[in-house]
Amino acid sequence: MESIILQLLNGLDKGSAYALIALGLTLIFGTLGVVNFAHGALFMMGAFIAVTLNMVFGISFEVEDPTRTDFLGNVMMVDTPYVVHWFGEGVGNFLIDWSVPMAVVIAIPIMALIGVVMERGLIRFFYKRPHADQILVTFGLAIVLQEIIKAFYGANPIPTPAPEAFVGSFDVGQLLGFDPFAIMYPYWRLVYFFFAALIIGLVFAFLQFTTFGMVVRAGMADRETVGLLGIDIDRRFVLMFALAAVVAGLAGVMYAPILSPNYHIGMDFLVLSFVVVVVGGMGSLPGAVAAGFLLGILQSFASMSWIIELIPGINQVVIYLVAIVILLTRPRGLMGRKGVMEE
Amino acid sequence: MLGLTAKDARLYLIVLVMLIFAPFFLNPFPEGSGLAQFNAGYPDMMQRLVIFGLFAVGFNILFGLTGYLSFGHAAFLGAGSYAGVWMFKLLTMNVIPALIVSTIVAGLFSLLIGFISLRRSGIYFSILTLAFAQMCYSLAYSVLTPITGGETGLQLALDDPRVLGVTQTAEGNIPVPHLFGLPMNASTSLDIGAWSFTFSVGYYFAAVVFALAFYFTIRLFRSPFGLVLRAVKSNQGRLSYTGLNARPYTLAAFVISGMFAGLAGGLMVSMDPLAGAERMLWTASGEVVLMTILGGVGTLIGPILGAGAITYLEAIISTINSTVLHRWFDIFPEWLENLLVNIVYPFVGSGWHLTLGLVFMIVVIFLPGGIVEGGRKIYGLFSRKREEPGSMPPNAAAQPGPGE
Amino acid sequence: MGILEVQGINKRFGGLQALGDVNLDVQEGSCHAIIGPNGAGKSTLLNVLVGKLKPDTGTVKFEDKNVLGLKPHQINQLGISRVFQTPEIFGDLTVMENMLIPCFARRDGSYSLKAFIGIPSEKALNAEAEEMLDEVSMLEKRDMQASSLSRGDKRRLEMAMCLVQQPRLLLLDEPTAGMARADTNNTIELLKEIKEKRNITMAIIEHDMHVVFSLADRITVLAQGTPLVEDVPENIKGHPKVREAYLGEAQV
Repeated sequence: MESIILQLLNGLDKGSAYALIALGLTLIFGTLGVVNFAHGALFMMGAFIAVTLNMVFGISFEVEDPTRTDFLGNVMMVDTPYVVHWFGEGVGNFLIDWSVPMAVVIAIPIMALIGVVMERGLIRFFYKRPHADQILVTFGLAIVLQEIIKAFYGANPIPTPAPEAFVGSFDVGQLLGFDPFAIMYPYWRLVYFFFAALIIGLVFAFLQFTTFGMVVRAGMADRETVGLLGIDIDRRFVLMFALAAVVAGLAGVMYAPILSPNYHIGMDFLVLSFVVVVVGGMGSLPGAVAAGFLLGILQSFASMSWIIELIPGINQVVIYLVAIVILLTRPRGLMGRKGVMEE
Repeated sequence: MLGLTAKDARLYLIVLVMLIFAPFFLNPFPEGSGLAQFNAGYPDMMQRLVIFGLFAVGFNILFGLTGYLSFGHAAFLGAGSYAGVWMFKLLTMNVIPALIVSTIVAGLFSLLIGFISLRRSGIYFSILTLAFAQMCYSLAYSVLTPITGGETGLQLALDDPRVLGVTQTAEGNIPVPHLFGLPMNASTSLDIGAWSFTFSVGYYFAAVVFALAFYFTIRLFRSPFGLVLRAVKSNQGRLSYTGLNARPYTLAAFVISGMFAGLAGGLMVSMDPLAGAERMLWTASGEVVLMTILGGVGTLIGPILGAGAITYLEAIISTINSTVLHRWFDIFPEWLENLLVNIVYPFVGSGWHLTLGLVFMIVVIFLPGGIVEGGRKIYGLFSRKREEPGSMPPNAAAQPGPGE
Repeated sequence: MGILEVQGINKRFGGLQALGDVNLDVQEGSCHAIIGPNGAGKSTLLNVLVGKLKPDTGTVKFEDKNVLGLKPHQINQLGISRVFQTPEIFGDLTVMENMLIPCFARRDGSYSLKAFIGIPSEKALNAEAEEMLDEVSMLEKRDMQASSLSRGDKRRLEMAMCLVQQPRLLLLDEPTAGMARADTNNTIELLKEIKEKRNITMAIIEHDMHVVFSLADRITVLAQGTPLVEDVPENIKGHPKVREAYLGEAQV
C-alpha cells in the first residue's frame, strides 16, 4: 500500500509537467491548427530563466574579510554577491535563496514576449501550409533555440536549487496514518504539483469565464463559423500562443530544481508531451491534462522494481505503448472530438 | 537505356560519373594549401556521403511520393546496423551476407511498425512513428543491452564465434570487413603534383550498392506503382473512389524505404563495424528529413544533393575553430578581424547544429522545393532572358514533377 | 429488379434522423435523379451508397451483391464510380497521369505491385486513356498539371476518369453545383452523350431542376430523410407534395 501511494506521488510531478506542456500544445493545436515542435524549447527556456536569475543573483565580487586570514597570515578574500552587498545580508540572501520562485514573476512577461515574437515572426506564415511544413519549421526552430541556449550555458546540466525552506522531504505517510518515514515526498515536488494545479485551474477559469476564453473555445470547436461572425480570431490567437508559451515557460521555471536543466531538456519532454496530447485527444484540454497525469503516474508505476523484473524495460516504453494502443483503438484519444486534425 | 527514358538515363549517367570520379572532384585543393580542409575526397567522408545519400533516397520513396512524414526512420537504420554487426560477429566478415541480413531485418521491422502506424495518417502517423522510434531507442539503451551493447554500442571482439572465417587474424587482431577477401579499408593513392587522390575499396563498394539502389528507385518512380504513390499524396480520397486501396501501397513504400535505411545501416557497419543506439535517436530521424527537404522532396536527385550538402557541411563546418577563423580574416585590421571571428564563431565548430537548424528553417520557409527548385528557378531566370518572353511552356509554372 | 436496390435505410446522427426508411430502385440503363430541398439527406444517402457512411439499418444491393460494409475502393471495384460535387482529381499529377490511375485500377484490381514496368510500355492502357481524353476533347491538355485546369475542364477530367473504368453505375453528386449557366449546359450535353453512347446507368443527386429534367428518366423526391414520391419527370413537375416540399426553394 505504501509503495503504491509513493509511486502515485512520484508520478505526480512528472505528470504535472507533461500536463502543463500538453495543455499549451493543445491550445495551439486546437486554436491555430498548428503542430508546434518548438513547444519543448519553450519549456526549456523557462527552465533557463530560473537558471539565469539564480546566476544573476549569485554574481559576486571579492571583499576582504578582516576577521579571517589564510595560512600565510594574509587577509582572506571572500566572495560576496552584489545583492548581499546592496540589500544587506537578510534581503540579499533571501533573494538568492528564493531565485526560482522569483523567476516565475519575470518569466511571465519574458515568455509572453517570446510567444508573441514566435507567432508573429514565424508561425503565422504557416497557418495555411501543410502540417508537415509546420512540423519541420518548428523542428528547425527548436534546434536553433536549444543551440542558442547551449552556446550561452554550455552542454552540462546546471543545478538550480529550490529555496532552503523546501529542501527535504515531507512525511506523507504519517499524515495518512502509516508508519513514520514510510512515504517520504520531497517538499518541492509537492509545491510543483500544487503550482501546476493552480496554473491549470487558472487557464481553465480564464477560458470558461472570460469573453476572450469563450471566443477561443468557440474557435476551437468551429473556426470557420467564428470567423464568419466577424470575430478576428487571428488576433486573439496571438494572445493564445503567448498564453501557451507562458504556461510552458512556467512549467520549466518550476521544474529547474527537480531536474537540473540542460539544453535538450525541452526535446526530451516534448516527445512525451506529444504522446500525451495524442492519448488525451487532439484538441481536448481536459484530455491533455488528464492524460498528462495519467501517463506520469503510469510511468512511475512501471518503474517499480518488481514490475521491471516481470517485464524488463517496461518503464522505458510504457508511455509509448499506451499511446500506440490508444491511437489504434480510440483514434481520437481519450477525450478527443471528431474531426480535429484528421485529414 | 536500361528501360529508362532518355532524360532519366542522362540523370543516371551523371550520377554514375559523379560516383566514379568523386575522389577527384571532391579533392579540388592541393595538399597543404589553406583550402585543403575543404577537401572531401577522403574515404571516410565519401562513404558517409554515399551512405546518407542512400538513406535519404529511400526516405524520399515514402515521404516524397506518398507525403507520409515518418519521424522514426533512424530506427530502421539502427536495426540494420545492429543486424550487420551481428552477422560479422557470428557468421563471416564478408559484407554481402551482412548487407542482405541488415536489409531483411530492417524490412521486417518496418513491416511491423508500418503496419501499425499506417492505420493513421497526417500528424498522427508522424507521432506514431516517432513513438516507435523512441521506444526502440530506449529499449536498445536499456533492456536489449545483450543484443545492442547498450551505451557502449555493439562492437566486434577478439572472441567472436565466427562460423565462416577466423576469430582473430594471425597477428591477434580483429579482422576487418571484406568483400570476398578484399578488405573494406584498403585503399590506394595517386599523387599528381601537389594533389593526392585516394581510392578506397569501401567507397567504391558503397558506390556500387548506391548505384544499384538508385537504379531501382528510378524504375520505381516511373512505374505505375510510383504513380499510385504520388496519387496517395495528391488525393487519397479520390484514389479510394477510383478503386485502389491506398494502404498496401503506402505500406509497401514504407517497407521499401525502411529496407533502404537498413541497407544504409549495413553499409555503415561494413565501413566501421560499430553500432550504437544514438543512431536511432529521433534527431537522427530529423536529419534525414532535413536532407530530403533541403535537396527537394519528391525529386530523384534532390535527396542525394541534400544528403551530400549536409554531410559535407557538417564535416567541414564542425572542424572550423577560432584559429582557422583568425587565419581567414587576418587580411582585415585587427579590430575587424576579431569582430568577424566573433560573429562567425557561434555558427561553426560545435555550433554546427545552430547552422543546421537555421538552414532547415530558411529552406522550409523560403524554398520548400529545396535545392532542386532553387536550381530550377535560377535556370528559369537565365533561360527567360535568352528566349522571347511568353515562349515558356504552358506548364512551366507548375509544381516540379518528380525527378527532373 | 433494379441494378441498385436500396431497402429500409435508416441513419441517425445523434438526435437527427438523417435518413428514415429510404427505399430506392435504380433500373439498369436509366438515369435516376434524387432531388430534394437542402438538408433532405441526399448527400447522406450518397455517402451510404459509396461506403463512406454506415447506416443503422437497411440493405444496399448492387447487382444482387451486398454493398454495405464494403470500403469505397471495394465498391468501386464492383463497378460503381462517383463524381463529386467539387471535382476530385489528382491535382499534383498531369492530366494523362490522372487518366492512367483508373485504368490501372480497372485492370489490376485494388492492389498490385507492378513496381518495375515503365508506364510508357503499358501501350494498351495509354491508348485507352488517350482515347477517352480525346472523347472529352482534352487530349491537347494531356501534359498539363491537373490543378491548373479550369473548373469545367476539371469536371470533364473527373468524368473521363470515371468513364474510362467502364462503370456499371455512375453516381453523380450535384455535378453542376456552382457552375455558370454555359458550363452547366456543357455538362448536361456531356452527360447526355455518355448516356446515349455508353448506356451507363446513372444516379444523380441534383439541386438544379433544369439539369434534372434534361437528364432523368425517373425521379425520387427526398424530404427530411424520407422519399416523398418516386415517378417519371412529367408527373413530378406538378406533384402537390413536391411543391409543398420545395415551397420557396425553387420554381418547379
